[in-house]
Amino acid sequence: MTSLEELAAGLRTALGSDRVVSDRVELRTYECDGLAHYKVTPGLVVLPRDAGECARTVAACVAAGVPFVARGSGTGLSGGALPHADGVLIVTAKMRDILEVAPADERAVVQPGVINLQVTRAATAHGYYYAPDPSSQQICSIGGNVAENSGGAHCLKYGFTTNHVLGAEIVTPDGDLVELGGRAPDTPGYDLLGAFVGSEGTLGIATRVTVRLTRLPESVRTLLAAFATTDAAGAATSAIIAAGVVPAAVEMMDALAIEAAEAAVACGYPPGAGAVLIVELDGPAAEVAAQFAQVTALCEANGATELRIAADDAERALFWKGRKSAFAAVGRISPDYIVQDGVIPRTALPEVLHRIGEVAGAHGVRVANVFHAGDGNLHPLVLFDAATDGEAERAEEVSGAIIDLCIEYGGSITGEHGVGTDKAKYMPRMFTDDDLETMQLLRCAFDPAGLANPGKIFPTPRLCGEVPRRHSASDAPAPAEIF
Amino acid sequence: MDWRPATEDDHVAGVPARFVAAPGSTEEASELLRAAAAHDFAVVVRGGGTKLGWGPPPRRLDLIVDTHRLTGVVEHAAGDLITVLRAGTPLSTLDFGSQQLALDSPLPGATVGGSVAANISGPRRMLYGTARDLLIGITVVRPGGTVAHSGGKVVKNVAGYDLGKLFTGSYGTLGLITECAFRLHPVPPARAVVTRTVPASGLGALLAAVRDEQVVPSAVEVDRPPDGEVTVAVLVEGTAEGVRDRAARLEKVLGGQIGEPPSWWGAYPWQPGGTGLKLTAALSKVPDLVEAAAETGIRGSAGTGVLYAAVGSDQDAPRIVERLRAETVRAGGHTVVLTAPAEVRQAVDMWGPVPGLDLMRRVKDQFDPGHHFAPGRFVGGI
Ligand SMILES: Cc1cc2nc3c(=O)[nH]c(=O)nc-3n(C[C@H](O)[C@H](O)[C@H](O)COP(=O)(O)OP(=O)(O)OC[C@H]3O[C@@H](n4cnc5c(N)ncnc54)[C@H](O)[C@@H]3O)c2cc1C
Ligand SMILES: Cc1cc2nc3c(=O)[nH]c(=O)nc-3n(C[C@H](O)[C@H](O)[C@H](O)COP(=O)(O)OP(=O)(O)OC[C@H]3O[C@@H](n4cnc5c(N)ncnc54)[C@H](O)[C@@H]3O)c2cc1C
Repeated sequence: MTSLEELAAGLRTALGSDRVVSDRVELRTYECDGLAHYKVTPGLVVLPRDAGECARTVAACVAAGVPFVARGSGTGLSGGALPHADGVLIVTAKMRDILEVAPADERAVVQPGVINLQVTRAATAHGYYYAPDPSSQQICSIGGNVAENSGGAHCLKYGFTTNHVLGAEIVTPDGDLVELGGRAPDTPGYDLLGAFVGSEGTLGIATRVTVRLTRLPESVRTLLAAFATTDAAGAATSAIIAAGVVPAAVEMMDALAIEAAEAAVACGYPPGAGAVLIVELDGPAAEVAAQFAQVTALCEANGATELRIAADDAERALFWKGRKSAFAAVGRISPDYIVQDGVIPRTALPEVLHRIGEVAGAHGVRVANVFHAGDGNLHPLVLFDAATDGEAERAEEVSGAIIDLCIEYGGSITGEHGVGTDKAKYMPRMFTDDDLETMQLLRCAFDPAGLANPGKIFPTPRLCGEVPRRHSASDAPAPAEIF
Repeated sequence: MDWRPATEDDHVAGVPARFVAAPGSTEEASELLRAAAAHDFAVVVRGGGTKLGWGPPPRRLDLIVDTHRLTGVVEHAAGDLITVLRAGTPLSTLDFGSQQLALDSPLPGATVGGSVAANISGPRRMLYGTARDLLIGITVVRPGGTVAHSGGKVVKNVAGYDLGKLFTGSYGTLGLITECAFRLHPVPPARAVVTRTVPASGLGALLAAVRDEQVVPSAVEVDRPPDGEVTVAVLVEGTAEGVRDRAARLEKVLGGQIGEPPSWWGAYPWQPGGTGLKLTAALSKVPDLVEAAAETGIRGSAGTGVLYAAVGSDQDAPRIVERLRAETVRAGGHTVVLTAPAEVRQAVDMWGPVPGLDLMRRVKDQFDPGHHFAPGRFVGGI
């Protein structure tokens, strides 16, 4: 028997055979996440029911020296949950219990497979909700959100997953269950929870998560503003921020993205617009009323060609429908596309959009732009037809060039989708070797054997056994010389 | 590089240093820490030095690295609502015009680096979070001199591990922070504070009423002098119209008064040189904790469950700490002795039990294998 076969046999005995998948056809259903052009059939899939089973699975991997990868709902867009052919994929789909909703503590405690939107659903009756709202919130899991430090349209005002996770029980890559953080804030010691959030499954598996619940806003008002150009929409965004308003969300779409959304979901955006902005304000009614007047005036002053104010929840949902379905919608206007995720300082938006247009033009490729305009998080959708010779390669080049632009303007190679498999190669463009080596010290502390989701984030793994270069007094200057 | 032999004033919690050095840049700091490692020096970083004596004393000490030459605003990008600051910059000198770094500093003189290293917070943490939530990028020099960055200058960024979180609240035990990037917030044009004083038994109902009223306070603070009644003070910030309306609603639900922040607002309850505790609790348990703290009195953020207490008597301190620690554990939180006279330090466990200590030791071993940085000052003797 191979070590994987032995592992499978052992786990079947320990956990029950319904927890373990080794049928080739069934294994294939786990071969990729939301970034479907990376595919690897996992060696084995395990579906634990609770933290104990998860810990036993990891311990078995450690004993066998086999790598393991966590998977939530598989909606990740950077290949973070890409399996290993000789490894175990640990899927949290059977850990979907909401363990506690405690409005008086403003907390909920959930298993990692719980779907993001379910937390809000469970809290709404108490007057609360879970603030981070990725567009995938109907399907993505809290464990995946924690691993990716996911954002959403409303993180401009409310922050990211990391600002809303207070505690977690994790299985360490040694197979131990450890509590990080807690129900109260400021747990003494290093903020290992803060380091764990966003670590893309490379520091262990979250088995229970304590999240913050946020009081529902008294009032929500949403504006859809059409502009002739993305420049004008960008100027309006800048004016809103400069006026000291912090909207709950400011989202922008360009003409091509509007065209796609229209074709897909008939959201009825103003025809002929070069760009639309969705601006949402929420909070106490009197506060929202005062600022909404200000925002409307600023959009008009910056050349809005049409302003629509959502009259009710149904109309607000329609405004958002176009935006939230934008990724899938471009499928209506292009057979294939790449979803890019990069960040620039918000003020560089007009300039960077022009340069993206130039690069796209030079390569004969179309780019539809959808983004979180408030915080400079771009989601250019690079359209191509894989059936046309060379187009896929040209689209890939444009997509890479966009990342280079983000770095050139002092931004980031990813704002929310993570590094995963896809962007590890770009990490050295954003960080020095010393930066990457320092980050991996953390990994060595958690996972010296390098078994937790290996090959993700870092282009060159650090061997944890390496002894840091020792400095001897003889080859260093005396204190008086250097001081 | 500025350096000199240590004088009588250069000690940390009573442990004398041999040298004091003040690097003027990240590069100089790197060179300094390379040399310090070569000489096997034990190092403690000093910011404003306002509270350097807090926490347990270091097991050994050769060099104090002082950040007073690492000062200044590297960048303030107003349109992007971010700033990059050198670590030795005093918070009180920052002026971003119509914008702010939304950190309430309880002690004058505190530096950017010291505030991040201690993860400080004040009343408005309820709305803005703490140093950890506002920090978006960090530059550190590791023991041994390696310079490393994480994060960046944009608010939204998930590339690589968030080392800023790890260094926030690390009390100088993992290395020297030389630069920090923060997100900024607009300064709201108007503010109001509504206060009400009630017997401690009435606190729970009052806090629940404030929570129910969707007025989004920036802070909900409480203060209870020993054996006294509790004063609740709620801060709202925003537009003039919005604040007027929100304050009026609070006045009604609290049965309180609109006015200025009370004199105790944002200040620690203990006297210099006294014993100061930090007490945390799940929100629903804050009223119980406030009731249980009749003997010492208690003050702090009822809106987040982070409170402070002074212990007047050195003799009773071990008993009081033990009792309050049991109380906070029941409430899902912790009791930490932040500062205390030498006799009290010896008699109590300042940090108390901490979960995940084994992983924390492994992190320390990776970043500071020789245990040169502030040895013994942190949790579990790290
Ligand atoms: C249409 C669409 C829209 C999207 N919109 C957004 C958006 O607005 N904002 C945003 O941030 N993202 C968005 N995403 C990306 C994706 O939904 C998020 O990254 C999400 O958090 C992934 O969750 P998941 O459960 O699908 O995780 P998976 O894809 O299964 O896994 C993602 C990563 O998390 C790790 N992981 C999973 N569970 C655990 C666990 N319990 N413990 C430790 N590690 C774990 C995996 O190893 C992997 O590295 C979108 C994706 C799609 C398809
Ligand atoms: C154990 C302890 C707990 C505290 N808890 C709280 C709290 O919960 N809430 C609160 O508001 N205040 C707290 N404080 C007070 C806090 O330290 C001060 O409010 C503020 O940080 C002082 O800034 P400073 O520049 O004077 O730092 P100092 O008093 O000089 O140093 C404070 C700590 O930060 C370290 N440090 C300073 N600069 C750097 C740097 N550049 N890089 C790395 N490390 C550095 C020091 O080594 C020391 O451990 C605490 C202090 C201590 C020692």
